[in-house]
Amino acid sequence: MIKDEEVNETKLQPRRASMREYLSPQAQAIKPSGIRRFFDLVSANRDVITLGVGEPDFVTPWHVREACVYSLETGRTQYTSNAGIPELREAIAHYLDDRFDTTYQPENEILVTVGGSEAIDLALRALITPGDEILIPEPCYISYSPITALSGGVAVGIETFAKDDFKLTAEALRASITPQSKLLILCYPSNPTGAIMSYEDWLPIAKVVEEHDLIVISDEIYAELSYNGNHVSFASLPGMKDRTILVSGFSKAFAMTGWRMGYACGHSDLISAMLKIHQYTVMCAPVMGQVAALEALTNGMEEKDRMVESYNQRRRLVVHGFREIGLDCHEPKGAFYAFPSIASTGLDSETFAERLLTEGRVAAVPGNVFGKGGEGFIRCSYATSVQQITEALDRIGDFVHRLKKG
Amino acid sequence: MEELKLNVLELLKQDARHTPAIIATMLDAAEADVKQAIEELEKDHVIVKYATVVNWSKVSDEKVTALIEVQITPERGRGFEGIAERIYLYPEVKSVYLMSGAYDLLVEIEGPTLKEVASFVSNKLSPIDAVLSTKTFFILKKYKQDGIIFEEHEDDHRLLISP
Repeated sequence: MIKDEEVNETKLQPRRASMREYLSPQAQAIKPSGIRRFFDLVSANRDVITLGVGEPDFVTPWHVREACVYSLETGRTQYTSNAGIPELREAIAHYLDDRFDTTYQPENEILVTVGGSEAIDLALRALITPGDEILIPEPCYISYSPITALSGGVAVGIETFAKDDFKLTAEALRASITPQSKLLILCYPSNPTGAIMSYEDWLPIAKVVEEHDLIVISDEIYAELSYNGNHVSFASLPGMKDRTILVSGFSKAFAMTGWRMGYACGHSDLISAMLKIHQYTVMCAPVMGQVAALEALTNGMEEKDRMVESYNQRRRLVVHGFREIGLDCHEPKGAFYAFPSIASTGLDSETFAERLLTEGRVAAVPGNVFGKGGEGFIRCSYATSVQQITEALDRIGDFVHRLKKG
Repeated sequence: MEELKLNVLELLKQDARHTPAIIATMLDAAEADVKQAIEELEKDHVIVKYATVVNWSKVSDEKVTALIEVQITPERGRGFEGIAERIYLYPEVKSVYLMSGAYDLLVEIEGPTLKEVASFVSNKLSPIDAVLSTKTFFILKKYKQDGIIFEEHEDDHRLLISP
């Protein structure tokens, strides 16, 4: 028993100089996201039209929300099986087969996750041995590289270029491969560039993957948002199914970002390893979201098509608008982002985006935050109303003309 | 051209103020074709009018609207057409539909006061020979009209910037 008067207050305090010293080296090494800094900047400004939002402007269709409400009313509030409710896994299998010619067994090749993000984390944790090199075409979604580092992997960015419509080329991929290369993370249609890969674009990539015995994590969260014919899943290419962990989810296609519903599909050996990690970390994806996702897959295709067509119309408006202003803009054939070049203004991405915000009252994300090849571009989401888009384009036009006049 | 017309109509239904230039860009069509489509749609009375959807309850000059179920005896040779015309020519009448089911015409009436709407029914509608009976329902609140929800929700909950 310690008596009160004997307690030395200072001894009870943590003894390292700063609380940060208790953090793991991996956690300390993660750089804060460039998007976060920009978010604070945007929040401090008023009367701003934002093209910086990375999610649909639609609310989840009512029938999906209602299915969730009904299920809550009937008391469906328990854990589900770790891999996700069987009906949902079956619906995912059916959907992937029907839409993208990829066949998976619901029993052991599909895992329902907390958003596509968890699926990516699980895949990396299940596959990385510290020191492995993970190939990541850039510009790309901002999470791949930090999550890779957390697992002890070494992220190797592969720069892609506007002149190639930001497609990955076999030459660039080959040039980045070393004996340590193990994984390739693909995200097409691409956030932030809107780039897509056709069957012909994929074949030489698949060849390199095969030659160098790589495993691919294919993040196809934007698959439904393809405006130039159907999306080609990397897993559907000859011989690629067993080498690929297909990651997707409901956020973008069905306007369900806040539900955090995603899934991973792949070889049963890989999926069962991911399932182990999943069951020890989150147990299962939330049951409410799973019920809603099932409803979306069962009855939501018409509504999804309507939303995709609406994005397509706004996509044309935005691309046309940037070209009219005099900013080069490659045609984004997927996702809901345009990625115009601002190089002709003579400013770098950060300066352009900050001045556009304060002087032009439009928020767009500077391209450099998305890694190699992003400098000189800005990401503009067109998941916003036509009215807002036309007003934003007017403002950007005025701003750019003022800049160019000097 | 027919498909273009349908797509143009869809966009104009969303916002009648879309210019032909914007519609052409959104549909990846030539502006001249869009202009021609709109002209033809107007000429053929497919596009009848460019009107504004108003939430009158927000204006001090509030209006009273009633839906009236009307049973009528059809006329030999003309069916319901003649009677329907006699009714819809009144400016107070906002819409008239021929219905299947227990009654024949559904008539929407708008007036400045409840009294005036009631008086329209008793003095103008009911006395028509062919009208057998009327049932009047006053509208208390409009939640949605022409696909547009009147209740104002905070629609955009999204973060200003997200990855």
